[in-house]
Amino acid sequence: MAGNVEMGFWDKLMAIDRRWIYLTIGIVVFIPILLDMTLPVYVTAEVKAVYDRIDALPQGTVVMIPCEYDPATMAELRPMAHALFRHCFAKDLKIVSCALQIEGVTLVKDDLALIAAEYGKTYGVDYVYFGYKPFPAIVILNMGENFRKPFPRDYYGTELDSLPMMKGVVNYSSCALLVNINATSGADYWINYANGRYKAPLALGVTAVSATDYYTFLASGQIFGLMGGLKGAAEYEKLINHNAAATKAMNVQSIAHSVIVVFILIGNIAYFASRKRKKAI
Amino acid sequence: MENPGIGIVLWYTLAAYLTLSIFSFLYKDNPFYRLAEHLIVGISAGYWIAILYHTSLKDLWLQPLAANFMALFAPGGSPLLEIGLIMTSIVPGLLGIMMFSRFFSTISWLSRWPIAFYLAITAGVALPLYLQSFTIRQMQACMIGLAGSPWEIFGDVIIIAGTICGLAYFYFSLEHKGVIGGLAKFGIWILMIGFGSTFGYTVMSRISLLIGRFDFLIEWYEIVINYAKS
Repeated sequence: MAGNVEMGFWDKLMAIDRRWIYLTIGIVVFIPILLDMTLPVYVTAEVKAVYDRIDALPQGTVVMIPCEYDPATMAELRPMAHALFRHCFAKDLKIVSCALQIEGVTLVKDDLALIAAEYGKTYGVDYVYFGYKPFPAIVILNMGENFRKPFPRDYYGTELDSLPMMKGVVNYSSCALLVNINATSGADYWINYANGRYKAPLALGVTAVSATDYYTFLASGQIFGLMGGLKGAAEYEKLINHNAAATKAMNVQSIAHSVIVVFILIGNIAYFASRKRKKAI
Repeated sequence: MENPGIGIVLWYTLAAYLTLSIFSFLYKDNPFYRLAEHLIVGISAGYWIAILYHTSLKDLWLQPLAANFMALFAPGGSPLLEIGLIMTSIVPGLLGIMMFSRFFSTISWLSRWPIAFYLAITAGVALPLYLQSFTIRQMQACMIGLAGSPWEIFGDVIIIAGTICGLAYFYFSLEHKGVIGGLAKFGIWILMIGFGSTFGYTVMSRISLLIGRFDFLIEWYEIVINYAKS
């Protein structure tokens, strides 16, 4: 009898309204945001590779950081972009950027300007933003020949040749490296065309959902570094010694993940227990 | 935090309302969610049209076409060169207009021309590079010389065995029995481990988005409180 009562409990657990799970996750995520706590972040080799390559560049070197994120994915990729911009500006590197995802055009513009202002950098001298052009494959191919082909003018409508920083900056070969921050499978285009066609040294910063897809390209040497989601951003923040949004969010992540693991364990126990009971009946 | 203006407060409040409207779907479908969903679709379409007009149609088509026409009639120019340049704008423009013929059944066949053009470019440009980047380079990466520390050699063996067994699972010309069956079974395990790691990353991704929205709601609350206090 006691056994039946216990099995009834597991059956009820299997049929629990999923909204209770949503509510629990909501609470588990919300409360740690309000708390001031610091959990450790460990740096992985693939993120360190990006940091090391950028850190080794001499002052004044041009790097390209195309950013393709939108309001839906900015929670993950914006901290990554901020950390990269901070590192480059702190090293007095020059940044060329564009946004080949249409919803993110103004977001990237604002983010670049925000971090540039932090370091007292001047538009056109220390960084240039091309903006958006449709069909990334063709744009990336054209940029391999000359940035001026797809982008005769920058985002603000200024001719590229009239910007002091763009003197002598022709195409990918003028940039020491490319770090593409991408929320979609559009990163494939950068691998295929910028690296595959023009052999540009490429690293990727992608959402956590797509991170596993790109480890194969890391293993094959087609990309020299990889940052996956908020974890990648938090690692980069640690490397540049500037804890910001990603580091704080990773604390919340750790707690939320622990609760989800507990849910998965309970779900599995309930599944096997209720299956055992059905077999017994 | 400095005192925000009323404009900032209103925009943030509207965004917070829409965020909560979308969240309300977690309870059940409702008119607030529907309104927010329709707004996203409508605003996205309008935003796309505006951005595409300014960054493509105007910048890459209208302005060069107008400039080349002006140059054609300017004294001392090269008419042949200018006509050639004008054609490089007119032909893509015509192909673009032909796409709209799909809306009219009697002339919808015209849309096949730009599609054929597009497919030909894609096949010519993309296929050889895709084969190189996504197949040959990946195959090369699996041709590993077993060297280094025992741990590195173990990793290399897993890569080689995992690739072969994963491919064996997708080989359907032989029944999955005996050796092939064993390889395929190991291949399934490798695939499951891959799916597991992807699932873990997906959870992290979704939680990140939730954190982002909660951060925004907290920011909105602080802005409203600051405005109310000022």
